[in-house]
Parts: sequence; structure tokens; C-alpha cells
Amino acid sequence: MKQDPINQPLSGQIKPPYSGYTSSKEAILQAEKVSVFYGSYLAVRDVFLDIETNKITAFIGPSGCGKSTLLRCFNRLNDLILGARVEGSIKFQGENLYDKKFDRKIEEVRRRIGMVFQKPTPFSKSIYENIAFGAKINGYQGDMDELVERSLRQAALWDEVKDKLKQSGLSLSGGQQQRLCIARAIAVQPDVILMDEPCSALDPISTLRIEDLLHELKEQYTIVIVTHNMQQASRVSDMTAFFNVEPTDKGGRMGYLVEYDRTEVIFQSPKEESTREYVSGRFG
Amino acid sequence: MTSKEPKLFANESSESDSLFKASLPFRYNLDKVFAIVTWAATLSGLIVLGILLIDILIDGFSRLDWSFITSYPSRRAASAGILSPLVGSIWILVVTALIAFPLGVGAGIYLEEYSNDNWFTRLVEINIANLAAVPSIIYGLLGLQVFVRWFQPITNGRSILSGALTLALLILPIIIIGTREALRTVPSSLRQAGFALGATRWQVIREHVFPLALPGILTGTILALSRAIGETAPLIVIGALTFITFLPSISPQGLQSPFTVLPIQIYDWVSRPQVEFHNNAASGIIVLMLLLLVMNATAIFLRNKFQKSR
Ligand SMILES: Nc1ncnc2c1ncn2[C@@H]1O[C@H](COP(=O)(O)OP(=O)(O)OP(=O)(O)O)[C@@H](O)[C@H]1O
Ligand SMILES: [Mg+2]
Repeated sequence: MKQDPINQPLSGQIKPPYSGYTSSKEAILQAEKVSVFYGSYLAVRDVFLDIETNKITAFIGPSGCGKSTLLRCFNRLNDLILGARVEGSIKFQGENLYDKKFDRKIEEVRRRIGMVFQKPTPFSKSIYENIAFGAKINGYQGDMDELVERSLRQAALWDEVKDKLKQSGLSLSGGQQQRLCIARAIAVQPDVILMDEPCSALDPISTLRIEDLLHELKEQYTIVIVTHNMQQASRVSDMTAFFNVEPTDKGGRMGYLVEYDRTEVIFQSPKEESTREYVSGRFG
Repeated sequence: MTSKEPKLFANESSESDSLFKASLPFRYNLDKVFAIVTWAATLSGLIVLGILLIDILIDGFSRLDWSFITSYPSRRAASAGILSPLVGSIWILVVTALIAFPLGVGAGIYLEEYSNDNWFTRLVEINIANLAAVPSIIYGLLGLQVFVRWFQPITNGRSILSGALTLALLILPIIIIGTREALRTVPSSLRQAGFALGATRWQVIREHVFPLALPGILTGTILALSRAIGETAPLIVIGALTFITFLPSISPQGLQSPFTVLPIQIYDWVSRPQVEFHNNAASGIIVLMLLLLVMNATAIFLRNKFQKSR
């Protein structure tokens, strides 16, 4: 059943691309043979993946298959984890982020590739300051009030908070906090927004609001979203990448990319059996 | 025992019942015994403390008036006051805080936020933990050699500056450890969120981590300073005097003047044969305790403020 080359044990050479692989000209982020280690532990192996501009790309897959790990590679947030190591290259607009020359420009990279986390993480400052912080530290020269308002409007939060901008960001509800975090990410005017299960702590209504929001944001930004919610992936995303995890001979578990294609294809006619099983909920 | 207990539930099956021996009366009694034992332990501590306090209040209250606070020490017990030791203690306290706070907090931030986990930082960590347990008289000996003798041109020997430097060294490990603990309570998700916006490490610390940790850091610092203000041994070693009849000028020169502090004055009065001086000592103890009370109250106030803002 599993004749595809990617499921065979690691042989050391570059794998042929998985089914559905496209080397589109419009890719803003290109992962080439990316493997991530935590110490000597290989968490993700040999991922080839092109993230296309102004599309929403969903990462799906069972727990522990390395979705968050791969996502953190795109803004080099893995640099902060002791012992984490990334092999291969990730090109952002054609330039390898893991090149030495980016070592001292990493803050600029992170401004242009924003991130929203699973748990809402508002700073314990006022709502206004939460938005203004990113702009300030990155040397924003424009009108701050206007930027705050625009970001909050884009995140569909303005009407709810416009009268209490001075209040603490922590005083908002969970759903509002998450939209505040999205507004905060937008405020530094990134090209890409990475989202790691942004709705998993939210109620269905807040989730729908954020999904609507994603549709609007995609006009301006490229979005990569990790989700465990199949309906969400099929509702919001244009492209879907399915990851899986397999045991290694050393007793560890290693994640890899199984299939990457347009979302309709992944959900209606996937090429791999394991993808079909996973998206239909029949997954062991 | 269980068979004698009346049935609690009508449908208790005797089969599974025989597997559990509730022996509730025995367990309740054991519970009561431990409640009494722990209560007695608490009480005995409180009684000793209470007797101590009452004894001191009885002895010291008669002498405690405004003139006691505003007079210099004297050979005559009736007119002896606590002004110069009190001012000396406050001088030492302030200068110690000014030295130990930036150094301790800086080191704490470096170790917690910047340093990598390598052999050097591990060595430093072990040393700091050990230094916190070194007897204070050892710090006194160190201060005597380094600050009083070697740094004589700067400190002018047995001066406020030497005393404050010695005490700063003494409480430095406590402040470093307290700072690190306070920084650790700030969730790392907040740091990640800061970095993800393109902040540098210093921007993340200054804007998000430090403000949240500050009340905890201040609490730790004040408790460390409370320890410093009660220290006697190291200051005796570096040569604080007991008979000072002037106040240091409030200027950089004041740092170089000789000094005395409350615990040393109290020690001096206690060791004299006359009962009147013993009463003076008791009054001095009350003043010292009030000072400590104010400091600890500040620490508690800060901690409560901290918990509310979370
Ligand atoms: N900071 C870390 N240190 C060491 N190992 C880690 C770390 N973070 C993740 N891992 C390991 O890497 C593997 C992939 O983890 P990752 O968090 O990327 O999975 P995930 O696909 O996001 O899972 P989930 O869906 O549960 O969020 C796991 O085996 C995990 O144990
Ligand atoms: Mg994850």
C-alpha cells in the first residue's frame, strides 16, 4: 500500500518530491529538504514545501508530527529553543533565511513573518500599547493612532474596544484577546502570518469570526495555519499539507510531509491512503 | 471493626464491602492527633516569641520617647539616645541597596535571560548558591581585608562605604537568586510573542519581562535588606564603632565617615553591667524591630500588588 518513496527509510539522498509538489514562481516561502533536530532527536525529516503568496496554507496531521516545529522554522523562532537545529534551507522571497547573513537581521525577518500562537498572549499593557509595541520597536515612523485603529479594524476588533483602548489587553475575552494578537501581528505590516492553532482555545462563534477574518486578510497577507480541525482546514485554506509521523528504528518518532496539494484535492481525492484516512477521520 | 459499623447504604454488596476496611473512627482520631500536634508546634513558637516581645516592651517602653531617638549615645544611661546608630543603620541600608540592587538584578537578568547553559554559567550558579550559605562573619573578614585595607584610599578604612560594600556582598547572592525566581515566573509565551514581533532580547526584557517581575524582585531585595540591617558580626569585624556623637554629612564625604548601627549599639548596651543600659538596649531593639516591620510590610504590600496585577 505504501509504495511512495517518502515512506521508505531515510537513505541519505534527496528524495524525489512528493505527489502534488509544485515549484511555483509565486512561492513566498520555500522549504527545501528541511529537517529539524532537538538535540539528537530528529523531529521532522526532509520537508519540501512551497508556500504560495496570498494563499492560505493549512498544516494538518496527528499530534507530534512536527507542524508547530516546522512553522517555527519559518520565522526562526526555533533559534530560541536550546539544542534545536534546522538543516536544509528555507527561502523567503528567494533568500535562504538560515544563511549567515540573516543571523544579525533576524528581527527584521520576524517583523516580515509574523506569528500568532495557540494561546492568546496579550502583553500586560493597554490595548493600545499592545498594538503599538511592535511598531515602536521596529522604528515605525507613521501616525501611531492611525496604525492602531487600522490594525484593530482589520482584525475586526475595533468596534468592541474603541472606547477602552487604555484598558489592559488582559481584560478582554479569550476570543477578543486572540483577535488582539492578530491585530498586533498585522500592525508591523508583515508579508506572512504564521498561525499555530489560533482557534483551539476559542468557542465556535469566535472561531467563525476569525475564519471570516482570515478570508479578508488573505487579500494582503500570506497565511500559514496549523489546525486540528478538519472542517476549519477545508473551510479556510487554499492549500493543505498533510504531515504524518512514523516510528524510527531508534525508538523516536519522526514527522514527515505526506502530501501537499490544493485543499479540494486533499479532502476529496487525495493520492495517499493515509491522507484519505486522516481527513475522513478514520485514523489510528 | 467494619462488621460492627452499621450499613450506610441499603444496597451495599457484602462482597466488595469486605475488600475495604473503612475504619473511619480510627482515621478520624489520627486526624485529630495530627491537628493537635501541629497546633502545639505553632503555639510553642508563638509563645516564645510573645514572651520575648513582652519582656522587651516592659524593659524598653519606659525609655522610649522622642528624646531617646534624637539623642546621641552617652556615658550616662538616662540621657543616652539612639540617634547616631539609627542614622548609621539608615545610611548603611541605603548605600547597601544602591550597590546590591543594580549588581544583583543585573547578574540575575544575565544568568536567567542571556546566558547559555554551559560549564561557566553552571559554575557561577553553584557558587552563588553556596555563597548564600556562607556565614556572615566570613564576609566581615573579606570586607576587612579588601574594603578596609586594600581600598583604604577610596573607602577611608572603617567607614560607611566599607560597611555597605561588605553587606552588599553578603546579600548579593540572595538578590540574584530572588531575581532569577521572579523572572522565571514570567511565562515564556510572553517572551516568544515579543520575539515574534521582531523585538530584540533587551526590548523583550525591558518591555515585558522586567515590569512583570519587578514587584517580585523588589520583594526579594527588601527581604535581603532586612537581613542586612540586622547583621552585626561582619560590621564588628570591619570595625564599626560604638560611640559616635556626630552624624555623617549628607554628601559623598559622608560615605567615608566612621559609623555605628543599631545592632552594634544594642550589643554594646547589653554587655554593660548597669541595668539602665539594659533598658536602653530593649528600647533600641524596639526601634530596630519597628524598622524591620516597616520593611517587611512594604514587601508584603508589593507582593499583594503583584498578585493582583496578574
Ligand atoms: N522544545 C522542544 N524540545 C524538544 N523536543 C520538542 C520540542 N518541541 C517539540 N518537540 C518534539 O518534536 C516533535 C514535534 O512536535 P511539534 O510540537 O512540532 O508537534 P505538532 O505537530 O505541533 O503537535 P501538536 O499537534 O500536538 O501541536 C514531538 O515529538 C515533540 O516531542
Ligand atoms: Mg503544535
